[in-house]
Amino acid sequence: MTQDVNVFREEAKAWLADSFPTSLKGQLPPGIAGFGAKFTGDWKLWQERLGEKGWSTPTWPAEYGGGGLSPEQAAVLREEMKLAGAINPIGGFGTMMWGPTLLDYGTDEQKQRYLPDIIRGNIHWCQGYSEPGAGSDLASLQSFAEDRGDHFIINGSKIWTSGAKEADWMYGIFRTDKSNKYEGISFITLDMKSPGVEVKPIKLISGNSPFNEVFFTDVVVPKDNLIGEKNKGWAIGKHLLLHERSGIAGEGGGDVNGGGGYSLEDAARDHLGLQDGVLADGGMRERIADNKMFSHAFSLTARRMSAEAAVNGPTPAIGILKLAWAKFNQDREELMIEIMGNRGVGWEGDGFAPQELAHTRAMLRSKANSIEGGSNEVNLNLVAKRVLGLKGY
Amino acid sequence: MAVLTEEQVILQDQAKSWVNDASSVTHFRAMRDAGHANGYAPDTWQAVCELGWAGILIPEEYGGSGMDFRTFGVVLEETGRGLTASPLLASGLVGASAILLGGTDAQKKQYLPSIADGSVIATLAVDESSQHDPSMIALAANAVGDGYELSGTKFFVVEGAAADVLVVAARTSGDAADVDGVTLFLVDTAANGVTRTPLSTVDSRGYADITFERVAVGADAVLGTVDNGRGLLEAVLDRGRAGLAAEMLGTGTEAFDRTLEYLKTRVQFDQVIGSFQSLGHRQATHFMNMEFARSCVEAALTAIDQDGEDVAQLCSLAKSQMGEFLHAMTNDMIQMHGGIGMTDEFDAGFFLKRARATEALFGNRAFHKKRYIGFSGI
Repeated sequence: MTQDVNVFREEAKAWLADSFPTSLKGQLPPGIAGFGAKFTGDWKLWQERLGEKGWSTPTWPAEYGGGGLSPEQAAVLREEMKLAGAINPIGGFGTMMWGPTLLDYGTDEQKQRYLPDIIRGNIHWCQGYSEPGAGSDLASLQSFAEDRGDHFIINGSKIWTSGAKEADWMYGIFRTDKSNKYEGISFITLDMKSPGVEVKPIKLISGNSPFNEVFFTDVVVPKDNLIGEKNKGWAIGKHLLLHERSGIAGEGGGDVNGGGGYSLEDAARDHLGLQDGVLADGGMRERIADNKMFSHAFSLTARRMSAEAAVNGPTPAIGILKLAWAKFNQDREELMIEIMGNRGVGWEGDGFAPQELAHTRAMLRSKANSIEGGSNEVNLNLVAKRVLGLKGY
Repeated sequence: MAVLTEEQVILQDQAKSWVNDASSVTHFRAMRDAGHANGYAPDTWQAVCELGWAGILIPEEYGGSGMDFRTFGVVLEETGRGLTASPLLASGLVGASAILLGGTDAQKKQYLPSIADGSVIATLAVDESSQHDPSMIALAANAVGDGYELSGTKFFVVEGAAADVLVVAARTSGDAADVDGVTLFLVDTAANGVTRTPLSTVDSRGYADITFERVAVGADAVLGTVDNGRGLLEAVLDRGRAGLAAEMLGTGTEAFDRTLEYLKTRVQFDQVIGSFQSLGHRQATHFMNMEFARSCVEAALTAIDQDGEDVAQLCSLAKSQMGEFLHAMTNDMIQMHGGIGMTDEFDAGFFLKRARATEALFGNRAFHKKRYIGFSGI
């Protein structure tokens, strides 16, 4: 095993030396391919090479264009990419949730049809789940896909759909039987350019519009776009949410401790000042310590759970990472603006540094962390029921 | 739990069944009721030694089994579940580590085989006030002839009542707060001038205050190098912190499991009380904090085994996060059990008492929080 890993390490090193444009070393990509970004120049080149190699999704099967690597090899690749200062710019819903779900539930033909473009970051997928009347009680969704033999006709609406404005395709859950709540839902994909699909951005308290409403009026969807069996989509939809929660444990979320950017320590130095190398404000120092320790514990747990999941498969215990992430990020953003003092409440204009404005908006945006992808309360219910085995949830 | 090796699984099974059969909380209660002066039942310690656990860290050439901290942690977690009271941590982990890290060949030959077989109990004497503060070492070690004379007091020495040999952090030069000038000594508790005052504590274990009055030791009692003991002291303490955190993890996990069981069986208003969200959500939050604490403890033990650069930071993280979870869990263990939790007849109080003692030992949360953030440059 060690021998294999060492051989692979040399292979990864050599490939990165050949394929990773040195101009991008240590650079953050200007967006995410597969989630709205259209690259040019060296970023485009890097996206194409990484996607062609399949190493944007290292452990996915090679037969569909994935890397075909073992978890150990994937860990080595991550280390070598970090050493090379190479960041994977391909991501979004496709790689995080939809692809893994498709691998579990799709037909071979569906996998061949969708996976290669996900792996290369060519298609931007959005997720049609929540509806105005179906938030925490997601299975009460009403958007109806009427069975017309060789196709469905969809009417209804989705809400809180991230990135829908720029998305090429949607996967989602739709009602196909009005008489049966859980056994009347189907998992369906659709082209966002289909006639009858309309997207309206929702302006949030941060002033930004990352979410949208999506309206369907007599949208025609071919039967080939049904994933799994008709009326059996709830299980697939729920399974996908496991990947959503474990996605937080992945490369991005798993590295919150050393994520770069403007840190709480930076803000403390700039706004509060040190005495003899120690933050003078002892109360604030302790709260920063709390946040850093919690995020460190989060990283260690994400890593441990990924390693365990590689051996034992996904577990509902991963739901705690979603809860923890929301707590960590909200606490961090609140601390950040508190450290900035009255510089932390700027809205716009030259009176504030861009850094300061960005963090004010990030604090506001972070309030959604405990709502989106299952609210804290729903996640606590899930942990109580599925992990602890408590009744009544 | 992290994926365990085959050896660790065998040891875990062995520890689980021994704790269950011979060292459960019921056995701890019997020890408390019998009132053993040393804070443990002699037959418990004898059984621990026969299982070979006092020699887990000690290399085979000195009579031990030469396993690592991660493996030791697996055993300590199980003894922590049963609230086992024995000198295993103080002697087999802390005392053994001091000699393994700082000892000469002669010292290793002299002490390690008898620590491994349990005939000698070793422990660390470090604190000099009500606080754990290894940055302040005042106990004097004055050079006299070829040796030294030790004078001063060490407080709250864990297993100090039973210990045969002490690793004493003493000052050979400079002032109490100086980084240099600290030296570790191996001192026989039977030596002239050593006075022990056993302490009666909530957790019923064997702590003692120990006074040294011109205790004469030879130059061969120096562990490590003279005036340069600070690094060794910290390394030994960090091993103790990680091992203690592993034991606390077992105690916290058992408190969690027992509370969860109660939530599933206690009926009020015609339903099990665990079906109330105010309790179920709290227990789910404890689960999260328990999993986080486990990750930190396992990472600290692994870092020690791999001699990582971040051992100190991870040990402070582990001791602090573990303390936080154990503190909250033992409080809620009593609260969720209601009135029965307050009775001496019920076991919940033992978990609370063990928790508070271990939270304080080798540095409480406030201590480790400050130490941790100190590594961040603010």
